Amino acid sequence: MPLTRPLPLLALTIALISSPALAADAGATLSQPDLDWLQRVTWGVDAATVARFHQLGRSGFLDEQLHPQGDERLPAAVKQQIAALDITRQTPLNYEAQYRALNEQQKNAATDEDKQALQKARNDLGNNTINQAMQRHLLRALYSPDQLQERMTWFWLNHFSVFAGKNNLRTLIPDYEESAIRPHALGHFRDLLTATMQSPAMLVYLDNAQNAAGRINENYAREIMELHTMGVGSGYSQQDVQELARILTGLGVDYNTDNPRLKPELMPLLVRDGAFEFNPQRHDFGNKTFLGQSIAGKGFAEINQVAAILASQPATARFVSRRMATYFMAQTPPERVVDDMARTWQHSDGDLSAVLKALLTSKDFTASLGKQFKDPMAYTLSALRLAYDGRQIINLRPEINWLYGLGEPLYGRLTPDGYPLTAEAWSSSGQMVKRFEIARAIGSGNAGLFDLPDGTKGSGFPMLTNRLYYQVFDPYVSGNTRNALTQANSQQEWNMLLLSSPEFMYD
Amino acid sequence: MTDRHDDVQADRRRLLQWLGAGAAASTLTWSGKLFAAASNTDTRFLLVFLRGGYDANSLLVPVNSADYYSVRPNIAISKTDALALSNDWGLHPALKDSLYPLWQRSEIAFVPFAGTDDLTRSHFETQDSIELGQPTSGHRNYQSGFMNRLAQQIQGVPAISFTGTLPVCCTGPVNIPNVALQDANRAPFDERQSKLLAAMYDNHPLGAQVKEGLNLRQGVARMLQDEMTAANRGAVSTRGFEDQARRMGRLMREQYRLGFVDVGGWDTHVNQGNANGALANNLNSLGKGLAAFAQESGEAWNKTVVVVVSEFGRTFRENGNKGTDHGHGSVYWVLGGGIHGGQIAGEQQEVSIPKLFQNRDWPVLNDYRAMLGGMFTHMYGFNSQQLEAVFPGVKPVDLKLV
Repeated sequence: MPLTRPLPLLALTIALISSPALAADAGATLSQPDLDWLQRVTWGVDAATVARFHQLGRSGFLDEQLHPQGDERLPAAVKQQIAALDITRQTPLNYEAQYRALNEQQKNAATDEDKQALQKARNDLGNNTINQAMQRHLLRALYSPDQLQERMTWFWLNHFSVFAGKNNLRTLIPDYEESAIRPHALGHFRDLLTATMQSPAMLVYLDNAQNAAGRINENYAREIMELHTMGVGSGYSQQDVQELARILTGLGVDYNTDNPRLKPELMPLLVRDGAFEFNPQRHDFGNKTFLGQSIAGKGFAEINQVAAILASQPATARFVSRRMATYFMAQTPPERVVDDMARTWQHSDGDLSAVLKALLTSKDFTASLGKQFKDPMAYTLSALRLAYDGRQIINLRPEINWLYGLGEPLYGRLTPDGYPLTAEAWSSSGQMVKRFEIARAIGSGNAGLFDLPDGTKGSGFPMLTNRLYYQVFDPYVSGNTRNALTQANSQQEWNMLLLSSPEFMYD
Repeated sequence: MTDRHDDVQADRRRLLQWLGAGAAASTLTWSGKLFAAASNTDTRFLLVFLRGGYDANSLLVPVNSADYYSVRPNIAISKTDALALSNDWGLHPALKDSLYPLWQRSEIAFVPFAGTDDLTRSHFETQDSIELGQPTSGHRNYQSGFMNRLAQQIQGVPAISFTGTLPVCCTGPVNIPNVALQDANRAPFDERQSKLLAAMYDNHPLGAQVKEGLNLRQGVARMLQDEMTAANRGAVSTRGFEDQARRMGRLMREQYRLGFVDVGGWDTHVNQGNANGALANNLNSLGKGLAAFAQESGEAWNKTVVVVVSEFGRTFRENGNKGTDHGHGSVYWVLGGGIHGGQIAGEQQEVSIPKLFQNRDWPVLNDYRAMLGGMFTHMYGFNSQQLEAVFPGVKPVDLKLV
């Protein structure tokens, strides 16, 4: 065991005390391919993940990851932290009611000061809500044993990207992530697509809430074809976009608890679920032809029909498979991987866990290990998971800010195309230095990650020269990095250097 | 192209080596021409991007348009408030102390009815369009912004983006460093740590970027330290963009020749104000910033061209919320110590309701690619092939400003 820092024995002792769970695996190391594989499938390694991997082996671990159990397996303290959030109890309708109440008060406010205070309260409501959604997302990303589901939840949020800064999306996004995205992250693509088509967040973001018979708004129809399913240039026509826009008429949002006033014969065709509404009065009931198939004008049922058509298109299988492969392999994925995935898609009716399995067990995926530049999510989360190894972060604000600083905040992509999946977008000179600064903030313990909500300062820098490091990273550290580490003046500086090293930028 | 690119990279490497050597000699102060890099051109070009589509009708006021005053009952700039520029045009009064003096010295010109043929009126679509600088019809290459292509054409001319992430405009094969000056006020690492960090990336594909990023941040922090000791006694400044622009001026005077910065907050759908208010505050801060940039540039100001653009203009009529919505044609600004300023340049037409584009907003009569293409041709002596490389398919127009 190379001694790359002062007082390694002390650090080792501390690590042993703080990670009793590891005692059973004393001395176990990971091969470099296993390490890289594990890092790629998760948001980065911690001792518990490595222990589970040792227990189950690569294929057992993957099978477990492909069949997530949801919040069941979350650590109790994390479950509590999530349960305590307002967003856990509030729905978009509740939020809208609060907004309206504040609006009403503002209208009747006696003084300008009161008006301003109420305006601020409204703004705070939105900001707190989206901030809580970020916290919840990051807590699960950091501590859920179902790591692949967490990565896929991020991936689908990015694939079906919405922007928190538009209209009232800040209060719609918590529900969007929870109801439309996360439950289907490893399910069937058709269900995922259908869920997004019935989500207020998406319908507002891509303007379909305004799409009505006689007043067609094509925006959402075009993005479904171009970004969510088949991909641009895959054979659909402008006519298909227009027909899809007609099919989507009437899909919208209604925050009123009373039903809209409809002609009596249309009443049975009304569909409502929370803030989502299919309003038959706004729907174009004419017959349509979409991708060569006849769609009889019958109302909401058309949505399920087109979702099924779109999900089973070979172009969709290829386009979405290629996006998944690009995300997990970084470099342009070879066509044969995409072919395999698309074939699995067709056999399994778009079962995303089967498609992912085809990718993650392929030779090309194995060959790509260790060569993918981490995006800001992967970089910051893997640094936190390694550095604090299961110690629960109380204050997620620093992590939220780092993601802003690196240009990849949650729900922050302005455009519906989602963040880029390739390395160049994240490795500019300024972003690299920013990463080093984040590495120092994490490594020195000054970031405020353990500050309590009442303002009490938490403290303590991590011991990165721990057992986990020596078992899984140390054997694979390059000469350059080792040289730098030996020159570290303190544990904090050693931490900073390790988290800044080229090895830590890739998985 | 490949050869040229290699040359650029070789020049970059030499520059980096030289900078690295300079940074190690800590006795040199930053103002002591530490970064006075050799380059084959002394011309400086700064692109300022106003994100959000600023309301050009409040900047360049059509003081003789009865329609302007009839459709903007709450937000028009009155003829008495506007600073006279010509018989037909006035300037927003928020720029009285900052940019109006530049007008009087012929160091600023305005190009109305400017913009792109992208008609989506979408912020992101149109910003991308402009930053990519490619023809709007046909396939877009998102890995190739026009500032990066410009950097490829002027070999060895150091470029910089004053932003936290690299904008679309600067994306491409030339390695353009980026730094957000507003949060760069501390030296992130001391010299020893910088060396340790850089050494880990020796012989690594990201090696040059890492070294350049670290050097840039160290240099900027030293500059800010000087500044704080000299003027502010360590107090945190509240002047915002003005301070940032002053730093940009210094960096471009001493080291960089191509620069990019963006300024947000121009999407005024609600309560944009008139001679006072939200938009006036933004213009005031921008104007002070550009004046500070000019001042800090010193003698280099005579060799500097600044162009201010935005993705689109806004609706001619005010909306129901005393604001304006997304429109089309805008007003672009051209500034510089050596330009032929003091004029309203380019194709123009009457500002009236019948002349509106789609009965909504200003038409674009001056395509930004044609306009910048014409300017680059003069500034850098480009031949048609070089210009084609920067703006494919463009027909340059000479506005005779540079």
